[in-house]
Amino acid sequence: MPTDNIVNKTATGIPGFDLIACGGLPIHRTTLVSGSAGSGKTIFAVQFLAEGILQHDEPGVFVTFEETPEDIRRNVASLGWDIDTWEAEGKWAFVDASPQTDAETLVVGDYDLGALLARVEHAVRQVGARRLSMDSLGAVFSRFQDIAAIRFELLRIATAVRIMGVTSVLTAERDKEYGDITRFGIEEFVADNVIVLRNVLEEEKRRRTIEILKFRGTEHQKGEFPFTIIPDDGFVVVPLSAIELKQRSSKVRVTSGNAELDEMCGSGFFRDSILLVSGATGTGKTLMVTEFIAGGVRQGEKCLLFAFEESREQLFRNADGWGVDFAAKERDGHLRVVCEYPEVSSLEDRLLEMKNIIKEFKPQRVAVDSLSALERVATNRSFREFVISITSFIKHQEIIGLFTSTAPTLMGGTSVTEAHISTLTDSIILLRYVEMYGEMRRGLTVLKMRGSQHNKNIREFTIDGEGMHIGKAFSNISGILSGHPVLLQDGEIERLQSMFRGDIL
Amino acid sequence: MEVVMPEFVLKLYVVGQTARSQRAIANLRQICESILRDRYELRIIDILEDPEAAEVEKILATPTLIKLQPIPQRRIIGDLSDFAKVLEGLDIRKKNQELLQGGTYANG
Repeated sequence: MPTDNIVNKTATGIPGFDLIACGGLPIHRTTLVSGSAGSGKTIFAVQFLAEGILQHDEPGVFVTFEETPEDIRRNVASLGWDIDTWEAEGKWAFVDASPQTDAETLVVGDYDLGALLARVEHAVRQVGARRLSMDSLGAVFSRFQDIAAIRFELLRIATAVRIMGVTSVLTAERDKEYGDITRFGIEEFVADNVIVLRNVLEEEKRRRTIEILKFRGTEHQKGEFPFTIIPDDGFVVVPLSAIELKQRSSKVRVTSGNAELDEMCGSGFFRDSILLVSGATGTGKTLMVTEFIAGGVRQGEKCLLFAFEESREQLFRNADGWGVDFAAKERDGHLRVVCEYPEVSSLEDRLLEMKNIIKEFKPQRVAVDSLSALERVATNRSFREFVISITSFIKHQEIIGLFTSTAPTLMGGTSVTEAHISTLTDSIILLRYVEMYGEMRRGLTVLKMRGSQHNKNIREFTIDGEGMHIGKAFSNISGILSGHPVLLQDGEIERLQSMFRGDIL
Repeated sequence: MEVVMPEFVLKLYVVGQTARSQRAIANLRQICESILRDRYELRIIDILEDPEAAEVEKILATPTLIKLQPIPQRRIIGDLSDFAKVLEGLDIRKKNQELLQGGTYANG
């Protein structure tokens, strides 16, 4: 990473965060992390220290104003962090400033938070801390009446730890997702750096985002980025626009699994391309996926299929019907089929899960059937982010990806999926119903093929027990893609008339 | 002779020799000497010298006065400049307050 324009940053180690923070948190500074209840502030504060210990061997001090240390130890154990052990090793120290229930407190005259400051300084010296988290400041304000004095005291603590060379994270509450940064105006004095965590209910779905509001004197990515909190990894930021576009293009061709389609595309798909197959329900998308996977397996490639529309049994039965034995291929390790209902997890979690499976299985081709099934579990915006993120991830792995998208209408039309993905894909294949002479036939066209010549005809195809067969181009017919096919041949008009002659008489 | 446990056991936590610390110490000494004579035990702890002590008692604000005996335990924070409130906080009966009247008090 270049360092000339990003001096004074320390990598937090929180997955994805350092990318949107352009390197990490400003070193020896205080960063305010503000968020509503349940937005993930405490996890962020804990993870900042945990990753410091795990990745950089930097000890940390955790000042807790709200939960007891015991609660924190227990709550984060499920995220894989063993605070007990770190405490025993002298890498983690708690300063317990949680409310004491046993003794009643009376205020008589002036006071300051000198004791807290002394305890923080003591703990920092004791473990040789490089990182400090204070969670959360709102709890201090609710315990002491004199807000102005407390603000001043907190500034004193922030200044003291800065002088000690500690990078710190302070958390604070906010009342509304879009409004004042914090309830007590804390940002006014530790305002060097401000991060906002949000947990917004959008179209009945929860969406967590993180936004770096400001980093004084240093750069960061702008805007809200989705994040999720998952077991073993904790806080994971999904950096979308921060994804670097460094895709290499391969000239190596691989088979689509269908000889005729290969020929239409100019001898197959490119090895590291993203393909979109779009069509109405029943046009043959799943079949195309099956052939694509089978084609890969036949060449000894490892293939991965994410199926969100059909059950495993259904999928395997279909494949069997077309002469492809998925079960056997899965047994010998060439294939992995992941079948799940889209509703099982949020898109952010889904994205991470898919990435993890891809990383672990290391396939040479990946198919997702269908992307549009995931559309219904998310808002438009989350879905767009998901599509961008998963396609760029697959491209980065330099593997071929095939996605299907279900068109909302039987004849023609485009789906939301297409609108989001079409510019990201290298090739688009459209499958369409074509109504001719009172019967439904199927048409296929390669709409786009980046970096290559391809056959631009709309070809008729049929499906039988052996799979898909691509035949001749539809001639003298137009309007297939728009869903309104019109025959252009005079002779055919006569033919149509003759068909109805009996009725007229 | 029988050793008698003092009626009042008090601990005052301060940070360093600040004006506020000095004020709290002076105010408390005066209350003890004038009202609790021979009935109290007072320890003054400087947190700068013994931060662990503050950690154990989980003290945030200073000065903090902790009344350990008689129960119930009570904490008073501040420079103890309002003696009526301090006595109230220490559960010292009203007749003692009358004794105090006229006494000079370190205030502000």
